[in-house]
Amino acid sequence: MVEIITKIPLEYYIILASVLFCIGVIGVLIRKNALIIFMCIELMLNAVNILFIAFSAYRGDASGQVFVFFIMAVAAAEVAVGLAIIVMIYRNTRSVDVGELNKIRY
Amino acid sequence: MSLSENLFYFLSFLGIFSALMVVFAKNPIHSVLYLILVFFALTGHYILLNAQFLAIVNIIVYAGAIMVLFLFVIMFLNLKKEGNTSANKSIFMKIAGVVSGGLFLLVIIASLKSLEPYQVKSDIKMDIGLVENLGKVLYNDFLLPFELVSILFLAAMVGAIMLGKRETGERNF
Repeated sequence: MVEIITKIPLEYYIILASVLFCIGVIGVLIRKNALIIFMCIELMLNAVNILFIAFSAYRGDASGQVFVFFIMAVAAAEVAVGLAIIVMIYRNTRSVDVGELNKIRY
Repeated sequence: MSLSENLFYFLSFLGIFSALMVVFAKNPIHSVLYLILVFFALTGHYILLNAQFLAIVNIIVYAGAIMVLFLFVIMFLNLKKEGNTSANKSIFMKIAGVVSGGLFLLVIIASLKSLEPYQVKSDIKMDIGLVENLGKVLYNDFLLPFELVSILFLAAMVGAIMLGKRETGERNF
């Protein structure tokens, strides 16, 4: 599987990561379920991860892969706290619809 | 076309299709299952790029831990399908979201046109993604961030417990 670097140009990976990131952005914009908004954030983090790994493989530098490791750690911590917040929202409002959280304005 | 090229295109289309289904699936459980499919497709990409350690970590941490947490919360909360709620987003908001996301993609792709094609050096190291090499880099150059991540985990754990704790007099589920 080593020859992938010579066969596939780096630009293809950039385009793939951009498409995945934009799908995540669209999901955050159009969905109202807080859980799905969270999943789209995970999608965006993974798009960044594949970009990091592609650059690190094409340049022969291991620092990019260590950065991906840290991103995964931060994502795990973020999900733990975020899901706790969502459970609290559900307890207080009986739904996870972000459109019903408009009382926070007042 | 060689095998690895075919695998690249197959995994890319699988990933993009599943990512679209994450956004557009009506049932949140289907979204979670499609997201697991996205993670497996990305793991295939990592293996193609010779990053075996991160491929395994991706399976264990994302598909194993984070997605189980999502599934657990969804089944815990007993959600209705989204279409039944009264405050549904209007169709104009959805179209505006899709258009702005597409324009964002257009800006990124258009900025690639000015790039010169990247030439891969012939003497590039191939073994950077293996556990031995990555561990050396992690514990030599990134020791302080590694320890800070452990403190972050401690803080996140305490925060999650504090947020989830039921106070006296509060109703149950």
